[in-house]
Amino acid sequence: MTYVIVGHCINDTACVDVCPVDCIHPSPSEPGFKTADMLYIDPDVCVDCNACAEACPIDAIMPARKLPDNLRHYQAINAELAQGRSHRLKESAA
Amino acid sequence: MNAPSLRVAIIGSGPSGLYAADELLKAHSGAQVDMFDRLATPGGLARFGVSPDHHQRRKIIDIYERQLFASGRFRFFGNVEIGRDISHSELSAHYHGIIYSSGASADRMLNIPGEDLNGAVAATNFVAWYNGHPDHHRDQYDLRGERAVLIGNGNVALDVARMLLLPTAYLSKTDISEIALNALAKSEIKEVVIVGRRGPAQAAFTLPELLELKHLDIDIELQGICDEELNKLIAEASSRVESALRLRTLQELAKQPKRHARKLIFRFMHSPLALLGENKVSAIQLGINTLSHDGSKALATSETTALDTQLVIKAIGYRGRALPELPFDAERGILPNEAGRVSSGVYVTGWLKRGPQGVIGSNKMCSKETVASVLKDCSQGDLKQAIDETDIATRLSKANINYIDIKAWRQINKTECAAGLQVGKPRKKLLSHEELMQAAQPADAVAGR
Repeated sequence: MTYVIVGHCINDTACVDVCPVDCIHPSPSEPGFKTADMLYIDPDVCVDCNACAEACPIDAIMPARKLPDNLRHYQAINAELAQGRSHRLKESAA
Repeated sequence: MNAPSLRVAIIGSGPSGLYAADELLKAHSGAQVDMFDRLATPGGLARFGVSPDHHQRRKIIDIYERQLFASGRFRFFGNVEIGRDISHSELSAHYHGIIYSSGASADRMLNIPGEDLNGAVAATNFVAWYNGHPDHHRDQYDLRGERAVLIGNGNVALDVARMLLLPTAYLSKTDISEIALNALAKSEIKEVVIVGRRGPAQAAFTLPELLELKHLDIDIELQGICDEELNKLIAEASSRVESALRLRTLQELAKQPKRHARKLIFRFMHSPLALLGENKVSAIQLGINTLSHDGSKALATSETTALDTQLVIKAIGYRGRALPELPFDAERGILPNEAGRVSSGVYVTGWLKRGPQGVIGSNKMCSKETVASVLKDCSQGDLKQAIDETDIATRLSKANINYIDIKAWRQINKTECAAGLQVGKPRKKLLSHEELMQAAQPADAVAGR
């Protein structure tokens, strides 16, 4: 399972500060932070520790299994944004 | 050992001010922060800008207010306007530094003929109206026409469109102003057209705001762009996942079955040329554009078209206002600064520093930079050493200024939340200044009346 950031994210980054595995992007030091519409969690890296959900000042992070129906699509959105990032990293490393 | 004291006043209690206070209190153990707001309530645009149906985002006010207050080194002075109740120079005498975080509350002009007609309104005011801003809650809008036109391709345009199109039953579960809710319940608007000069790839709508439309009882139509062009844009954006997702979402929205009573039309590649009508807007004239090769500019063609409408709302951005005794960059609508430093002892953060851009959290980095500038001046000995030690609270009380402190704000907050709970809303906002000041009285004073 993984945690998921949903649409009312305000890019506060309190979650980034507490994540033990740096799976929340873009962090303020990453390119694209300033123009990011929302932050997202890389499901392949997330360890389900719940720290981000506790840190989020506006409760915009929840475990995937607890997503209400009208926010369920954010699991795929997080995954897709994370994949895009991995892809970019691979390309720039190549 | 305690660090030597650093007294800082923060002017404006919106997100950028809250973030600045938080950062300052964390970064300097001797920092003491007094936050001023001309209104009785803290939060700035988190209270009066954030859309009523996005009330989760307003939680930022409570969370940071609690965190700041818990430091024991933070005070709030609401209902105190700098330049009216106390001047910048008077205030300066009491603090080592002043951070301005008073935002950008003025609207930008289109500079086209007919802009002064009735029915041509600024989104800044319209948003303040439905959010129950004490200066705007009694404003009146004519919502009798069937079509409203919104100018601008950012989230404010989408916020306003949702307020105009969502069913009253849905809005009544939000913390929208009661006066606005009643007016919107009688609205005859069935169609909102959002006009943008350029195309969907250049629009500033954010992904969550577009995704959200999928779940609302509103039909969506795209104009000024065909499906084929959209496919091309999506293919071009494929390496920029977020942009591609935004475009794909727009495409999906347009393909959803049309089955609702109200419609939102995105009309791309059109510029407003003139508002037509006598005394009151009756139509808007639009010029059809093409895009420059790199997409950076809208190029006018000779073709024009017109839309009948009685309400045109300009959502083309906010701008800062000049403050007494301080420099101002009128072009950009900001306080000129270097990394948030205006001059030794005077700083700025948020929209007044960088212009109206970014989401709420963008202010965190912005305020961190400003606080770093304050601390740099402090450590270099550039801040004045001696300050007037008289407590500003005493000074305000002597001048008969009825300021709202944290306790008084919490009293207001409790009143609003309790009233909301009774009717199934997150909060029922008190609208007038008088109501707010009355709710701010301690419970025992109210009981004894």
